[in-house]
Amino acid sequence: MKRLLVVLGAVCFVVLLLGAMFDLAPASVQLHAAVAANLPASGVEHPVTAVLLNFRGYDTLLEIAVLLLAMIVILATGIDTAADVRPSVNPVLQALAKLAAPLMIMVAVYLLWAGAFRPGGAFQAGAVLAAAAVLLHLVELLPGWQSPSTRLRLGLAGGFLVFLAVGAGSLMRGALLEYPPEHAGRLILLVESGLTVSLGLILAGLFLLLSRDDGDGP
Amino acid sequence: MTGELLFASVGVILFALGVAGVLLIGHLLRRVLAFNVMGSGAFLVLVGLAQRNGIADPVPQAMVLTGIVVAVAATALALALVRRLYVLTGKLELSQDDDE
Amino acid sequence: MSLEFIFDLLLALAMVWSAWRSLSASRLDRAIVMFIVFGLLMALAWARLSAPDIGLAEAAIGAGLTGALLLDAYGALKRREA
Repeated sequence: MKRLLVVLGAVCFVVLLLGAMFDLAPASVQLHAAVAANLPASGVEHPVTAVLLNFRGYDTLLEIAVLLLAMIVILATGIDTAADVRPSVNPVLQALAKLAAPLMIMVAVYLLWAGAFRPGGAFQAGAVLAAAAVLLHLVELLPGWQSPSTRLRLGLAGGFLVFLAVGAGSLMRGALLEYPPEHAGRLILLVESGLTVSLGLILAGLFLLLSRDDGDGP
Repeated sequence: MTGELLFASVGVILFALGVAGVLLIGHLLRRVLAFNVMGSGAFLVLVGLAQRNGIADPVPQAMVLTGIVVAVAATALALALVRRLYVLTGKLELSQDDDE
Repeated sequence: MSLEFIFDLLLALAMVWSAWRSLSASRLDRAIVMFIVFGLLMALAWARLSAPDIGLAEAAIGAGLTGALLLDAYGALKRREA
């Protein structure tokens, strides 16, 4: 009965929404034109990066806050500390991972730099960093986290704190996250570097913290 | 019909599929999968509908980029809770007692 | 119908099919692998929607990291069951 109701509801939803979508009038606001018009003042040449870190920097600030919050909650739910039993790792895999990890870090730095004028940026760079850490963990070159040290905690929160400091600085000069156009490029690079490190650490931490939750319970 | 509208329609279907999955599937790990399918559908509607005239729009693209990162954080949090629940109760489903 | 639209149509069908399989597969490991396939198809769709930024992020995060997290959770539950 419940099954039938849910399926019927879902089908109705699809039909109604599709009908509404094909009937939609053309948009009255042209956001891409507004972005293109203001791009020279944003400090970067790639429109998506300009939107993420300048025009709608507020979203990105709150996003890194949400990520930090998720990390804190995972730390707070408690992790079992029993030994992790994994089959021994193939030495070929280890050698390959050792070769790949420095290249991945280089790709991350390139993506961070490229974000200013072509597709790329802090998010993708952070994801590649996290992937490198996960790869090293899977071949047992990087141990799982027992509990993060003070330095690691600083790294986790660093991106958010740098972003917040830049936001507070801009608040004193006028509006929140409204960069002066002549310094915008440098400020965005500073914020993006902090974001890359923190995003990489948080995304890697989500995996490294969870993956050693293999114990017998408290 | 343009490619953009086609992908927006796919997004609608995926969203409905995900909602039905979240409501009907009891296994919590599968529910996390359904929740992710739902999110992907919403992202496709957001970008596909905004670009239905064929011009790339950086604003919804930036929001979806933010959304993807938040979605993976939510997934990791959900998995942490599922694993914790399994450690404590040995079950992979929520109990039905609260529904009555 | 142009060649590009036919490609879009095939991609759309593959996405819906893989999403359906990832929710309905009887074995959980297959469901997770189908979800990773779905994530990679999503990355292709973002490329078709001229959003390479999202495509990059989706391939690395949506398919890669989420897949790793899910497979790891599956493995841990399996080990605990045994």
